[in-house]
Formats: sequence, C-alpha cells, structure tokens
Amino acid sequence: MSQVQKIPDVAGEVAIEIRKMNKWYGQFHVLRDIDLTVARGERIVICGPSGSGKSTMIRCINRLEEHQSGHIFVDGTELTNDLKNIDKVRSEVGMVFQHFNLFPHLTVLENLTLAPIWVRKIPKKQAEETAMHFLTKVKIPDQALKYPGQLSGGQQQRVAIARSLCMRPRIMLFDEPTSALDPEMIKEVLDTMIELAEEGMTMLCVTHEMGFAQAVANRVVFMDQGQIVEQNAPKEFFSNPQSERTKLFLSQILGH
Amino acid sequence: MAFATSRAEASKGGFRLSMLIYDTRFRAITLQVIALVLFLLFIGWLTDNVIRNLDAKGKDINFGFLWVRAGYDIEQTLIPYTNDSTHGRAVIIGLLNTLVVAFFGCILATAVGVAVGVLRLSNNWLISRLMTVYVEVFRNVPLLLWILLTFVVISETMPAPAAFKITPAILESRAALDGLTAQAGGHGLAARLAGLQVSSFAFFLWLLAFIGITGATWQYARSRFDAGKAALITAVPAALWIIAALTIFSPSLSPVLAENEVSAIGPTEPAASKFFFDSIALTNRGTNIPAPLLDRPLGGTEIASVPVNFSVLAVLAVIIVSGIANRSVTRRANKLQEETGLRPTTWWISLLILFLPLVLLLTALGLHWELPGFPVNAQGVSQGFNFQGGIQVMHSFTALLIALTLYTSAFIAEIVRAGIQAIPGGQSEAAAALGLRPGRTMKLVILPQALRVIIPPLISQYLNLTKNTSLGIAVSYLDLRGTLGGITLNQTGRELECMLLMMLIYLTISLIISSGMNAFNSAVKLKER
Repeated sequence: MSQVQKIPDVAGEVAIEIRKMNKWYGQFHVLRDIDLTVARGERIVICGPSGSGKSTMIRCINRLEEHQSGHIFVDGTELTNDLKNIDKVRSEVGMVFQHFNLFPHLTVLENLTLAPIWVRKIPKKQAEETAMHFLTKVKIPDQALKYPGQLSGGQQQRVAIARSLCMRPRIMLFDEPTSALDPEMIKEVLDTMIELAEEGMTMLCVTHEMGFAQAVANRVVFMDQGQIVEQNAPKEFFSNPQSERTKLFLSQILGH
Repeated sequence: MAFATSRAEASKGGFRLSMLIYDTRFRAITLQVIALVLFLLFIGWLTDNVIRNLDAKGKDINFGFLWVRAGYDIEQTLIPYTNDSTHGRAVIIGLLNTLVVAFFGCILATAVGVAVGVLRLSNNWLISRLMTVYVEVFRNVPLLLWILLTFVVISETMPAPAAFKITPAILESRAALDGLTAQAGGHGLAARLAGLQVSSFAFFLWLLAFIGITGATWQYARSRFDAGKAALITAVPAALWIIAALTIFSPSLSPVLAENEVSAIGPTEPAASKFFFDSIALTNRGTNIPAPLLDRPLGGTEIASVPVNFSVLAVLAVIIVSGIANRSVTRRANKLQEETGLRPTTWWISLLILFLPLVLLLTALGLHWELPGFPVNAQGVSQGFNFQGGIQVMHSFTALLIALTLYTSAFIAEIVRAGIQAIPGGQSEAAAALGLRPGRTMKLVILPQALRVIIPPLISQYLNLTKNTSLGIAVSYLDLRGTLGGITLNQTGRELECMLLMMLIYLTISLIISSGMNAFNSAVKLKER
C-alpha cells in the first residue's frame, strides 16, 4: 500500500472516512472495527463512558495515535506511515485538547503564529494579521501580548481554538474541550464552538455537553468498549435511544 | 474608614518606642539591625582571636611571601615558569592548571551528559538500560576513586617510550625479510588462490554480514517491488560487499613466503606504535600529542610578567569577529523569513564565515604540526629515552579530566533527562497536531522549556566540577590546591594567608561561573504572570 489511495470523493462531500479500523495497546483491544463516515460540513458529537475509546478514535484521525488495521481517509488522503500523507492531513485538521496545551514560553500571539510561520511559511506580518483576526473572533484580541499563564482557563481554551484556526483547517477535532473548565467558562468556549459550527466547519467533538450536542450536532455517536454502539440524529438519540447501554448512559448523565 | 485614620495617625508622627517591635513596618528593620550587630560582634571576636593567637606564636599576617623565590618545579606550566620564579607566579601557574581542567571538564561533561541523558530516554531497550548503568556506576562511586583508578589504568597499562623505538635488531630483521622476499621470486596464480585467507575469523564475520545485508535488502526490496527489480536492488550491496572482500582477503601481490622461514625472523616493527595517523603516542609517562608551530609568528610582549602572544590574540580576534559576522547572517535570515516566509539556506555561508578567515589566518601564520618522535641516526636507529617534539600531556591531567568528565556527566545526564521529562507530552502533541515535524518541535517548543529546568542545576554541576579539580592532589596534579595550598603553604608556613587567598580565588571563580550562567538563565527563563 505504498501509493496514496484516493477514495471516490463525491464532489468533495466526504471529509473523513474510517473503515474497519482497529487499534491495540499491547494486548488491550482499544478500538474494534470502527466504521464512520463524516460528510463535509457535518458536525458530530462523540460521547460515551470514560475508557470507551472516543478520544483515541479522534486522535487517530490526525495520527497522534497509530491504528493497526483498517483504513482512515481524511480529505481523500489515506493515513499510512508515509510522512508526506501525515503532514498533509495534519495541515488540514486542527485539534483542540482538554488541557489546552498552549506553549507557555510564547506569548499568545507567538502561539498563534508559530505553526503558520514554520509550517505554512507565511511572512511574519501576514501571520500576525491572521492571528489578530482569529483572536478578535474568539473575543480576546487585547490579550495578544500576554503569556498563556496570565489568562483564565476559558481564555486559554479560546486561544487554543484560535491557534488551530490560524492554520486554516478544513476539519476541527475537539477532545473534551470543556471538561477542564469552570462552569462559567464552559459557556464562553461553547459559544465560540457554536459560532464556528454556524460557519460550516466540519467538526468532530468528544464532549459530555449534551446541551451543545442538541444545539449543534447533526449526529451523535455513542461509543462503549471501543465500539460504536449507536449513532443517530440528536433528537432521536436523546428521545429514543436504541440500545440498552445507551439508555443506561443517558439516564446516568441526564438523570440529575 | 479605620484604616485611613490609623494611616493618618501614623504619618502624623505618633511614633512610640514599642512600634519598633509591634509595627510590621519597623519590625523588619529592627530585626535586621540586631542581626547585623550580632554578626559584626561575631566577626570582631573571630578576628581578635586570630590576631591574639598569631601574636602568641610570634606571627603576623603578611602576603610578602608571594614575591619570594618558590624553588620548586611544576610539571605542567601553561606560561613560562622555573623554580627561580616567585611563589606568586607558582600560584598563577596553579590557577591556570585549575582553570584548564575545569574548562575542558565542563565542556566534555556537558557533551557526554547531554548524549547520555537523551539516550536514556531512547525507546531502544538496550541503549536506555546501558545508559542507566552508566549513570548509576559513575555517580555512585566516589570521585576520588575514579581519579585514582583512571590514573593507575592509564599509567600502568601503557608501554614505556622505549617500546616505540626502532632498534638495530628490528633493522636486521627487516633486512632478513627483504632477502627472503628477493629469493622467493614470483609465484603463480594457484599459489595466490591457495593463500586466500578464507579460514580466518575475519572471513567468517564477513560471510555473516554478507548473508545479513543481502537478506535484509532482498526482504525490504521484495516488500515494495517485483522480484526482478528486487534482485537488481539486492545486487548492489552484494556486489559492494564482494569487492570489499576481494580487497581485504585476497593475498597481497607480494610473493608468498614459506611460513617457517618468516617466523624465524624477529619483529620488523617496534612493539608499540602511535595512533591517529601516527601522531599521538600513549606511554606510561604521558600522552604525546602534536604541537602547533608557527613559521611566521606575530611575536609577543609581557604585561606584568605574564607573556602575551600576539598570534594567539589574532586567532581569538578572528574567531570572535567570525562569530559576530555569523550572527548577522542569522539575523538577516530571520528578517528575510519574517518578510517572505521563506528562510534562506545559510549553513554553508555560516561554515564559510566561521572557518575560512581562521584557515586563511593560520595559513598566513604558517601553522604546521610538530609530531612527537624519536630522533634517528644515519642508520635509522632511534636515539634517546623519550619522545622529543610535540607536547607531553601529563597523566595526572588526563586522569583528572577523564574522571571529572565521567563523574559529572552522570549527574548532568540525570538533569537533562529530568528537564526533557518535565515537559508535558501534550506540548509535543499540540505541536504535532499543528503540523510541526519532531525536529522543529524539539527546537521551538521542547528545548526552550526544558532549558529553564536544566540550567539552574547545571550551574551547580559546573561549580562542583570546578571545585572538584582540587582532588587532583591525589595524582600530584599541581593546581591551585597543589601549589598555593600545598607546596607554597608547606614551604612558607603561611597557612592562614594561603588558605584565605585560596578561598578567595575559588570563590571568585565560582561567582564568575554562576553569574555568567545566571545571565544565560534569565535570557531563557519562562515569563509567567
């Protein structure tokens, strides 16, 4: 499988296609036969109990984790061991982490311009203009010259979102973006994500914010023990869950 | 508004004596004044005690001995010194000996330490375990033992200088061998093939490697290409390997000699030989290395009885200017990158700027190397008892340097490992998710953060190494401790003066190192809040 395999891309409609993907950590089978197709502009919320493999799955999409069998196509590029493909996919996929992972030794502005300058080879001035554009979008342009340690958690997460956007990705992955935040800061981050969704960004979001799922998602995917148990439109998913496992999960997180 | 009133009261000057203890503003000052008075009293008592005791012994404090003839020899002198020089000069020689070990020790220990520290984090099980063993072995045995062990090993295992000599017996053996060769004349192809050394152990190794390399290449090539192409690809390393074998193992073109006749002849080469292109000789007396000599030196002068060599100054000046020029090249590259986004390739310009002027200057000065060796007479027999020419590096220096390097590098390795591990994995994940390659991630994200963790303990290690050079006394290395704190002290009996001066000098060196490193640290440290 040395060549880049192109999947039949129906007028650029398929953003991500995962076929029969399996992953093991040593003997432990983390992901089992994952099949998932994400259309361009689609917004998917992935939920499930902890340890169900949801983070691992989206980390496979930009190759922070390797899968051992099956295929992952992102924008028609298959993720293999080929560095060129990995670079291509990573330049099109942005990612936001639970713990922000901002670079503490760089200012907010430098955090935002680092990758555009060194990866995209954009002139510094232009990169800074783009950075200010996205900082304005996440409503913290006045913090540009501060260091991440000087910002609140919510602000840091918004900087992290802006940092990803500066690379002009076509797909955004969110790995529990609000679970390390205080309740009142969750809203400011979710608002930013909702705004992004309204602009038509393809989004995959691992989250337990069911309100966000109902408001934004086209589809909710429920995972348990490394498998996709159920996927449905949010309305049906919440009102009429099919499997027992889903019902149990929903009763536990919506119960109180 | 109680606060405002009380503040107004205080500023009105309602000062009571009790405020010296109960008011937080005055309390700190009061305590400090008391501490200072106590400290001064203690120092005064100590000084008084010393003066009284010295008086009782009929001694005074006098540094005049520094200008008196020293009368002892020092083996390793970086600037001219004889036993007619003063004690003061002996102190300077000792100081320079301390500094030269500390300087090279810090550089080597850093290089080894960084390599070991990084390799200890390697995913390769064998390498990481080996590095763990390295660290544990070297940091858990006292430094003094390492110094003694290194010294004993290098001075006991090395051959005497005489083993390098060409003796009349060797010349006779050579003549005898030449005679045999002339008699033997030419041999046919059959004899040559018979001489092919296929039974040797080296040939066995070659065969193993041949099978391994061709096998691995074939497997790799077969996994990507069809059989024909794979065979073609495999043929390349196989052919290279066979050519190598033909040159190594085929009998030389000289005629084959009868085994028993050859063995009857004595050795045709000296027992020991120099290595590294015949330039370095390790003997039980020291290490003989080539000495740089200049055909057209710039001369020199003496400032305050310390010789100043203009050639050395010129070389230093050129290195500094090249460094500055190279920085401006880097700055220009940064600017171009800021403007256009593309960084120009500068490594070859940097190489040229850094080395070309130096090479030109050294050529102009007529640099050549004087190799250590024995003078030979008309017949080619070596004369004398030791190497002449070149520089003889004392084993005491080598042992001290090696032991300090190994010992300190074990600590530095741990510091480097801690520094890299202190950076959360999320940092490199975030960089990877942004599309940065691992090398860039290391340079732009990990190292700048790791350095701030690494540098403060690294300063301590440099200071430790510098002070540990005083253990050189164990192998009679005459550093500051050996001259000022050793022979000079014993000869003059000025123990108080010698100890004070020695402490002062070590303190000064340490403060210089630590202030330099602190300046570097504040340049890279993290700005937060």
